[in-house]
Order: sequence, then C-alpha cells, then structure tokens
Amino acid sequence: MSGIAGKPAEHTEQGLKGIRDTGLEEVRLRAFLAHAWRTPKGFYGWLVTVDHKLIGRRYIVTAFLFLILAGLSALAMRFQLAQPEAGHIGPDLYNQLFTMHGTTMMFLFAVPVMEAFAIYLVPLMIGTRNVAFPRLNAFSYWVYLSGGLMIWIAFAFETGADAGWFSYVPLAGPEYGIGKRPDFWAQMVTYTEVSALAVAVEIIATVFKQRAPGMSLDRIPLYVWSVLVTAFVILFAMPAVMVSSTMLILDRLVGTKFFDPAAGGDALLWQHLFWFFGHPEVYIIFIPATGFVSAILPTFVRRPIFGYLGIVLSLISIGFLSFGLWVHHMFATGLPQLGESFFTASSMMIAIPSGIQIFCWIATIWGGRPIFATPMLFVLGFIFTFVIGGLTGVMVASVPLDLQVHDTYFVVAHFHYVLVGGAVFPLLGAVYYWFPKITGRMLSERLGRWNFWLVFLGFNLTFFPMHILGLQGMPRRVYTYPPASGWGEMNLLISLSSLVVFAGFALFFLNLLLSLRNGRIAGDNPWGASTLEWATTSPPPSYDFSRLPVVTHREPLWAEPDTLPVVEGLRVDAREVLAGTVADAVPQLRVPSADNSIWPLLSAIAVGGAFLGSIYTPWAVVWGAIPVSIGFICWFWPKGEPEDEE
Amino acid sequence: MRHRPVADVSHLPTYDFGSASPMWWGTLAFIALEATGFALAIGTYFYLAVLARHWPIGAPAPDLLPGTAALIILVASVVPNHLIEFWARRQDLAKVRLGMVVMSIVGILPLIVRIWEFPALRISWDQNAYGSIVWFLLGLHTTHLLTDVGDTIVLAVLMFTQKGKAGRRFSDVSDNAFYWDFVVVSWVVLYLVIYWAPRM
Repeated sequence: MSGIAGKPAEHTEQGLKGIRDTGLEEVRLRAFLAHAWRTPKGFYGWLVTVDHKLIGRRYIVTAFLFLILAGLSALAMRFQLAQPEAGHIGPDLYNQLFTMHGTTMMFLFAVPVMEAFAIYLVPLMIGTRNVAFPRLNAFSYWVYLSGGLMIWIAFAFETGADAGWFSYVPLAGPEYGIGKRPDFWAQMVTYTEVSALAVAVEIIATVFKQRAPGMSLDRIPLYVWSVLVTAFVILFAMPAVMVSSTMLILDRLVGTKFFDPAAGGDALLWQHLFWFFGHPEVYIIFIPATGFVSAILPTFVRRPIFGYLGIVLSLISIGFLSFGLWVHHMFATGLPQLGESFFTASSMMIAIPSGIQIFCWIATIWGGRPIFATPMLFVLGFIFTFVIGGLTGVMVASVPLDLQVHDTYFVVAHFHYVLVGGAVFPLLGAVYYWFPKITGRMLSERLGRWNFWLVFLGFNLTFFPMHILGLQGMPRRVYTYPPASGWGEMNLLISLSSLVVFAGFALFFLNLLLSLRNGRIAGDNPWGASTLEWATTSPPPSYDFSRLPVVTHREPLWAEPDTLPVVEGLRVDAREVLAGTVADAVPQLRVPSADNSIWPLLSAIAVGGAFLGSIYTPWAVVWGAIPVSIGFICWFWPKGEPEDEE
Repeated sequence: MRHRPVADVSHLPTYDFGSASPMWWGTLAFIALEATGFALAIGTYFYLAVLARHWPIGAPAPDLLPGTAALIILVASVVPNHLIEFWARRQDLAKVRLGMVVMSIVGILPLIVRIWEFPALRISWDQNAYGSIVWFLLGLHTTHLLTDVGDTIVLAVLMFTQKGKAGRRFSDVSDNAFYWDFVVVSWVVLYLVIYWAPRM
C-alpha cells in the first residue's frame, strides 16, 4: 500500500486525529479503506477475519451443508417407510435418523441460516461497515461449527442422539438414555445457543446504534425489523433451553434430580422449559422469513409495501405472543383444563398478526405490477403453503382435535407446512434475490423456475398426504407399519414425491455452482430494488460503503436513484463506523470497529473443548476455564490500535 | 452511484458513556439474557416447590449466616462501584485505578464466603430435586461472580498500563460497573429465594 504509507497533510485537518475521508477522491479513498478493512490473504486470513460478509457467507454455506445432511437423513427415512415392514433400516438407526434430522434442521440449519443472512445483510441494509461486535460474530461461527461437527461425528460413531429433537425425559434421562447419546445432544444445544445468543446480542446493538444517519425507526427496512424482533425472541427464549439442557446433563453426569419424580423432580418440567424455548423457536425461524417476503415483494411488484406500520406492529406482537403458546405442545400431558383453554386462545390469537401481514402482502401485490421472477415465485409459493400450515395450526390449537391427532403424521404435515412453506420457501427466494449481491452474478432464471416448481409441487405431494395419514391414525416416529394398516400406498406416494423435492434441491445447488462461475454479471442493483445494500457494488467491498450513506426516505434508492447522500469526516486509516441515537439515528460517535484477530477462534476452541470434555467429566468445566480465560483476556486486551490515540 | 456529502461527522467523539455507547447496549443485552436464565431457574425452584408435599424436601432451611454475609458485602459494594462509575465519567485516572483495586478485592470477598455457603445449604445436589435446584441457583450466581471479578481484575491491571490512559477505557470501566450492579441485584433476588423461601 505504498500510496497510503505517508500521511498526506492535506487530508489531516488541524486538530483531527488520523486521515479523514473529507474531500478525498474516490480512488484514493477506496485504497485507504481497502487497506484499513482488509482480510489477510490465504488460510490465515480465513481464520482471523471479522468481516461480516465473509462470516455471513460461511455461516450460510455451513447451514446449507447441514441442510443436505438433514435432507439425506429424511430421504433415508422415506426409503424405509416407502413400503410396510421394510427392513432397510432398523429401529435404533431410525430413532437416530429422525432425531438427527429434526435436531439438525432446527438447531444447525434453520436458526443459523436465518442469522447468517442477518449477519450478511443487516450492516449493508442499515448503511454501516460491520456488525457492532465483529469478533463476537467470528467467535459465534466457530462455536456453531464445532457444535454441529461434534454431533454429526458422534452420529458417525453410532452415538447419534436418538430421543427426538426435543429429547424428552425420562427417555433421554439417566435411566433410559443410552450411553452418551443424549449428552451429545445436550451439549450441541449449548454450543448452538451460545452462538445464537451472541449473534442476537450483536444484531440488537448493531440495529439500535449503527443505523445510517436519518434511518429513524420508521425508515428501517422491514427485513431489518424482522431480524431485530427475532434477536429479542432469541434473547428471551434460548436461555430456557440452555437452562434445561444443562439440567439434563447434570442429571446424567453428577446425579442431580431435576427430572426424577422419585426424588421430587418432575419429567414435565423438562417439557415446560423446552417448549418455553421451543415454541418461540418456530418464530425465530419464521419471523425473519416474513422479513424476506417483505423485502422481496416490493421489488417485484414495483411499489412500496402496503401497511408498513401494520407489519412492524405485527412482527412485534408475534414476538411477544410467541412466548404465550408453549403449552399447546403439551395438551396431551393432562394439564388443568383452564390452562389449556388459555393456551388455545393465545395460540389462535397469533393468527391475527400473522393474518395482518398476509393481507398487507396481498394488498401490496394487488396495488402493484408483479414481475414473476424466481424470488417472486418463491414468495407466492410461501403465501399459498403457509396459509395451509397456518390453518392446520388453528386446528391443532384446539384441545379436542389436538388430542386426536397428537403424535400422528397430521402434526408432521402441519409443522412442515409451517416451517418449509413458511421459512424455507422465502429462504430460497432470498437466495435468488441476494445471490447477485453476494457473488456479483445472477442465478439462472430457467433453472430457478424448474427449481421452484419441483420443490413446490414435490413438497405439496410429499406433505399434504401426511394430513390424511395422520387422520387415519399413523403415528410419528415409527420405523415401520403393518401391511394391514392400509397406509402403504400413501406412504409410497410420499416417498416418491420426496424424490421430486430432492431433485428440486439438487437443481438449486447445481444452479448455485454453475452461476458462481458462469452467471450473468449482476451490477450493483440488478432488480432495481430500493434498500441500501443495492447502493454498493456486487459483491460489496470489505468496507461495504466508501462513504456511509444518509437516509432521507423509507425507500432510499427509489427516492434518489442516481445520487446517494453521504457523510464525511470518518477516518480512513483505521476501522471506524458511526453510532447514533436509537430512535432517530442522529450521529453521536465515530466508533472504532474491531480488527481481525485469531483469538475468537482460539477462544471458541477452548470453549468447545470445555463443553466436549464436560460430556465425560464435570472437571472439564473447571480445568477448561483456564484456557477459556486466557483466550478471552487475549481477545479483549488492546493491542495498540490507532484509534486508541483518541 | 454519485455521492452527495450532506453531513460532516469529523468532530464527533470516539467514545461516550451509558446508552450512547454500543458496548453499553451489548452489556444490557447480555444482562437481559442472563436475567432470563435466572428467572427461569427461579421459576423452576417454585415449580418444584409447588409440586413437593414438603419444602424444602428432606433438609432443614439453609443456614443464614454465610449467604447474609455475602449479601452485606455485595450490597455494600454498590457504593465503591458507583464511585468508580462517577470517576470514570470524569476520566479521573488516579481515582479509577484506586477504585478498580478496591472493586477487585470487594469482588473476591463474596467468593471466599461462597466456600462456606455451599455447605450452609445443608443438602447435597444429588440428594433430591430441592438440593439440585439450590445448588444450581448458587452455582449460577457464583459463575457470574467469578466471570465479573475476573473481568474486573483484568480491567484493573489494564488501567495501570499505558493502554489504560486511552479515553475509551473509562467507558469500559463504566460498563463493567453497570454489569456489577446486575450481579448485586441478582444476588438480592436469589438470596431471598434460596434463604427465605424455605422459611415461608
């Protein structure tokens, strides 16, 4: 960087520390920023980077790899269930398969992939250069990766979790949980929750403090609102599963009696704590997906969203209400009827804000001129599928009906409609929508249409018949069924249809790989969208924006398509971002942003080692605390950053 | 896109205190999630208590002395803690250094008391669900004490180095004091639960 080695006096105003961007010509500005925000080349750079885009990207890729693993375990189950009394997979492996499928989909795919997109997109959409705590972000990824690898390696060694994704006691308790299987599950939860909580904290701080000047609360893009609400839901929901999984591992490892009724404990306590997390978990996955829809829709109907305020209030109320529903997972446990009625009412109530959102989207389409590109197809597929899932949700919210279909394939159908229809469809739409921004290339529209129709039709053919099977009484989590049940033909149809879904996903990944190399060059704003991430290059530079934008309108790029209002006066020789007031985003501070560091990775290894060791001995927590402390101290100890001069 | 400069931020400071600082919000978010963990653990305590025929199960109520001693030390620590906050905002390095040493010692004291506090529960963690939950509550708070005292000591050492003179360190000291208040308040609540709920 010879061009920036000496401090050019003309750019250092009297009394101001460091080199500022004021009046700096674009080429030199970019050279300075590229130097200040660089990630070292090579493998070492890969380990130390704190760039939210690199971390977001690797989060996304990792989450999709886990999706493949979970998808393959589903295929294996469908292979077994295609015929009655098939002998391909025995009950023990089958138990592990459905547990690994659910656990991976929920903890290692759905939540992380939603957070991954937030990590990538939020700083770009609110006009800053990185998340609030970049090293915490890097740390969260390594912890997540180690948790996911751990549980899958355990599975490879026949120690796969096998008590269902919610790991109910006493099945998972010391008495019935075989070997170390439930312990690996419990510690995987600890890893992924530490990671999810870390991301939630940084998203809250980033959205509250680092929005572009002028981006007041009523100008925040709806997608950002959705991830902000999600971050709060994570903040208050995830501690429940950390508390409960810690209690489970303590019961198993050191003989505590939390869930042992013979010693004053209670098995239902597990269910309460788990579902206090588990129900909001559904919304942790679903709320950002609605954010995708609210981001994609206006672009493809060429008009601002209808009912911005209504949607924001709906998101917030869904966030609140999601905490009042957990008992509807426990209707079959014999709880007092009055309590059940309350939870029926609150379960039905959440349909109101969800409905408001859907009507706002329909009104937006109604008032616009829809362009049926692939992201839009997935949004339409989402609305159709999610409405069905929502309606069966209202059905199972009612206690008598729930008791009939509890633990049957009806419930399997319901939650796949909600989760795949409600979250995976918008997610795939989001991949098509933001792939050009992330990679600089467009995905193939032709493959995209094939991808959509195969997944959409295959999904409905796979999961709709499960409603009927459930009503006919076929239970969940059985590795086989007798021929006399009459469920054989329907199961064969489901298994064949799941191959169509598989083919759809295969096309999706093929499209990604082909387009990465040969896709059409995207340009900055290929869709003519309105939000700030489209104001920078595709892919964005390491510093996101050469000058930080100022927001004067809710749809900034539609209000001023050719010019971007920006601020001046930030340092370019050190990493610096703006922090402003929470409500109105009035600039208050030029805050230094953390540089690359190896310590988040080393700390994650220390933390991971302590967690892993604690599966076998409680002393691992004591001895593990030493490397963990060293890691954290080295992480936080200042290392003479230039901004410390100020 | 063409750029149109509309504002100059060159004279903005690089650090501030309280809610102006992103770190303060990060600290608050961590306090919120940890408080949720405490609340759920306390909820578990009362859930088990309601289910039990007699509470505490198979043990006398805990001995009040060590827990009350920890309470007195922690509540008293609020005074130097807030003085430190005040000095940090005034960026008075000498007083902040002194205050950090005091707070490190004040932080270690309740940890020493904890050595007697666990036996004072008068039940083992594996005896029954009551034993499990009181050990869990006390363990949870001890973990918080340990991490914050560790943090305070590291920060205290940092304040005596050259790097302690950077302005933003005062903001770090202020955030650390903010978190200590949470450790104290959470103990007041947990103390009532652990020591007085069995006596109700």
